[in-house]
Amino acid sequence: MSGPSDFQPSNPALQWLERRLPILGLMHSSFVVYPTPRNLNYWWTFGAILSFMLGMQILTGVILAMHYTPHADLAFKSVELIVRDVNYGWLLRNMHACGASMFFFAVYVHMLRGLYYGSYKEPREVLWILGVIIYLLMMATGFMGYVLPWGQMSFWGATVITNLFSAIPYVGESIVTLLWGGYSVGNPTLNRFFSLHYLLPFLIAGVVVLHVWALHVAGQNNPDGVEPKTEKDTVPFTPHATIKDMFGVACFMLLYAWFIFYMPNYLGDADNYIPANPGVTPPHIVPEWYYLPFYAILRSIPNKLAGVIAMFSAIIILCFLPWLDAAKTKSSKYRPLAKQFFWIFVAVCILLGYLGAQPPEGIYVIAGRVLTVCYFAYFLIVLPLLSRIETPRPVPNSISDAVLAKTGSRSTPMVSTAIVLALAGSLFAGSIDSAKASEGSDKPPGNKWSFSGPFGKYDRGALQRGLKVYKEVCANCHGLSYVAFRNLAEPGGPGYSVAQAAAFASDYKVKDGPNDAGDMFERPGRPADYFPSPFPNEQAARAANGGAAPPDLSLITKARSYGRGFPWFIFDFFTQYQEQGPDYVAAVLQGFDDHVPEGVTIPEGSYYNKYFPGHAIKMPKPLSDGQVTYDDGSPTTVAQYAKDVTTFLMWTAEPHMEARKRLGFQVFVFLIIFAFLMYFTKKKVWADSH
Amino acid sequence: MNPDASTIAAGAPIEVDLSPVAEGQDIKVFWRGKPIYISHRTKKQIDEARAVNVASLPDPQSDEARVKSGHEQWLVVIGICTHLGCIPIAHEGNYDGFFCPCHGSQYDSSGRIRQGPAPANLPVPPYTFVSDTKIQIG
Repeated sequence: MSGPSDFQPSNPALQWLERRLPILGLMHSSFVVYPTPRNLNYWWTFGAILSFMLGMQILTGVILAMHYTPHADLAFKSVELIVRDVNYGWLLRNMHACGASMFFFAVYVHMLRGLYYGSYKEPREVLWILGVIIYLLMMATGFMGYVLPWGQMSFWGATVITNLFSAIPYVGESIVTLLWGGYSVGNPTLNRFFSLHYLLPFLIAGVVVLHVWALHVAGQNNPDGVEPKTEKDTVPFTPHATIKDMFGVACFMLLYAWFIFYMPNYLGDADNYIPANPGVTPPHIVPEWYYLPFYAILRSIPNKLAGVIAMFSAIIILCFLPWLDAAKTKSSKYRPLAKQFFWIFVAVCILLGYLGAQPPEGIYVIAGRVLTVCYFAYFLIVLPLLSRIETPRPVPNSISDAVLAKTGSRSTPMVSTAIVLALAGSLFAGSIDSAKASEGSDKPPGNKWSFSGPFGKYDRGALQRGLKVYKEVCANCHGLSYVAFRNLAEPGGPGYSVAQAAAFASDYKVKDGPNDAGDMFERPGRPADYFPSPFPNEQAARAANGGAAPPDLSLITKARSYGRGFPWFIFDFFTQYQEQGPDYVAAVLQGFDDHVPEGVTIPEGSYYNKYFPGHAIKMPKPLSDGQVTYDDGSPTTVAQYAKDVTTFLMWTAEPHMEARKRLGFQVFVFLIIFAFLMYFTKKKVWADSH
Repeated sequence: MNPDASTIAAGAPIEVDLSPVAEGQDIKVFWRGKPIYISHRTKKQIDEARAVNVASLPDPQSDEARVKSGHEQWLVVIGICTHLGCIPIAHEGNYDGFFCPCHGSQYDSSGRIRQGPAPANLPVPPYTFVSDTKIQIG
């Protein structure tokens, strides 16, 4: 892509091809001899990381699409079946779902790098705008992908986002109908989102080709922001940049694998494990983390149309960045003021993201407005002003000069560090206040679970006892519709033999048919059958239980959670704490109390529960001491029952957890070795260039 | 990409029997995939809705214009928040009406927006009284 290549393949067959289609020469000039500035730092490896992530998302996505059913009644179940029954389906799904988050994480780093080093400036304006287009396409793709599992958050996220377009005067309503294909979000919506979700990544790939083309015409920017002048300023792309990118990708994969294998639900929302229900809005609709800053901007403006305009402007404004910032010096390395404001801007974005996840009330709304003003002020006031008043430090003559100087005295960005720390401190203080303010339910106490941590395994005894508690108590009202009897004999489960599972199944009566006479009939269960539900449909379940249908328990430990709050959610990333759901379920089972505390009113037909949100639960106290007999001598107490049945329900929600963590360990060992190899190879390759 | 024929056909008018709905109760029916709230309002709720100075409302509309005369006790509204489409909860909020849990919009006992980010009142779907205890929506 940088002019005609003089590359001549030695193989005659390739020479024949090259004369007709000079594709090898194109590859050779673009990715082998292509000169890259020799002073690039590791922030420049994110381009390669993003290409890797795009390839990963397309690859896993295409395979997932082979197993997925885009229908409102079947989509949720088909995703569960992918995770449970498809070979390594859990891996594919985690790779794709976490991959979206990693993709956005990488793109944010990539964009901020461009912002810091002035990579949008002349002659790279078109390159930058193509990047903004890719980012917009990514946002659309990510949003539609999040709709496909058809959980509660999928459905309501789709409703909220498509309704944004209704704010457009005159044509808004017709646009929304066009998006829905009906009168509300429904099956036609899901179908078209699936189609578009499959299409857009290939458009992204197309724009990425343009992006790389523009990059190779203008040449890469670099940390010093001076264009390469002589051959001494550059190194050939291969092996120098290739090996450095490989090392960057390997390190990035470590982070990616941490999520895939150990914290697959950390970035997701528990509500999305509840199937979509058009009749119930979740109490708190939150988009995926990568949209949160823009969501905060949307909500901070009290007028609907103005809010929508502000949200879209926050992205579109990036297109005008090359002209808003007219400073001649590219890199913020040599711009003392721009550097400080850059870090303030980063803090503003992170805080907006935090606010986007908070309920829109009180101090959060005011803080949101202040930060929204700061966000736009950075682009519209700070950058244009700085380019006029700032005196930049002298820029080195050439890249090789910069490399040789190698920054003797590094002044630490004191001011910006102080600002970031102060912001983090106020965030911390604010979250303590809000934690105090949120009453309504108590936080469940933590438990010691056998399945927590990177080497966690299910306690077989607890699984077997939990199954007994489920069968004798819970199954009277709650279904377990995603679990088949055959699962009881699968590795990583309760450890029954195939014969035991078959015998267990034959205790159940399963409805089958129609037979030759056209009648439905009952037969004993087989291993391939699923646990039968206690009620024929949701309405029957609702009618028999005072208006509240007992939820299916297959996914309950993943579908329930509670807010951890700042700073705990940051610690959780390192400790791999994932057990909010089990802690909550175990707490609710033990949280019943006949004595209702002062100030809490419990309506007729409900019961007081310390840990249930709002305290009034429709389920009567399910467990009492001695209710279920245990054969293995474990104590027959409510605490023990609760713990056992919760362990069992964790297994029903994550039947492949042991395989996931085992494979995760192997992948980590491999990746660490691979990263070291890449690092030392890179050192060797670059030995002469520093 | 507009709605197909079967979707349009499924959106035909529906009839709802009101006789089982006691005073102070409300029911939710689905029409065109949208929840429709049918409230049997109490005397207090009607009085509250009519006592308001209409001009002071964000989206001025009198209660009389939002119900059918002779059937003042029945409020029929599309239960979709005009902000971003969540479903408000009936009998909550400060105005004896609806409260949207998503972004905190509050509607009164006539389904009019009183507080929060929503720009407009809950829309009234097209409906007619077939008899005193039966309505046809659509």
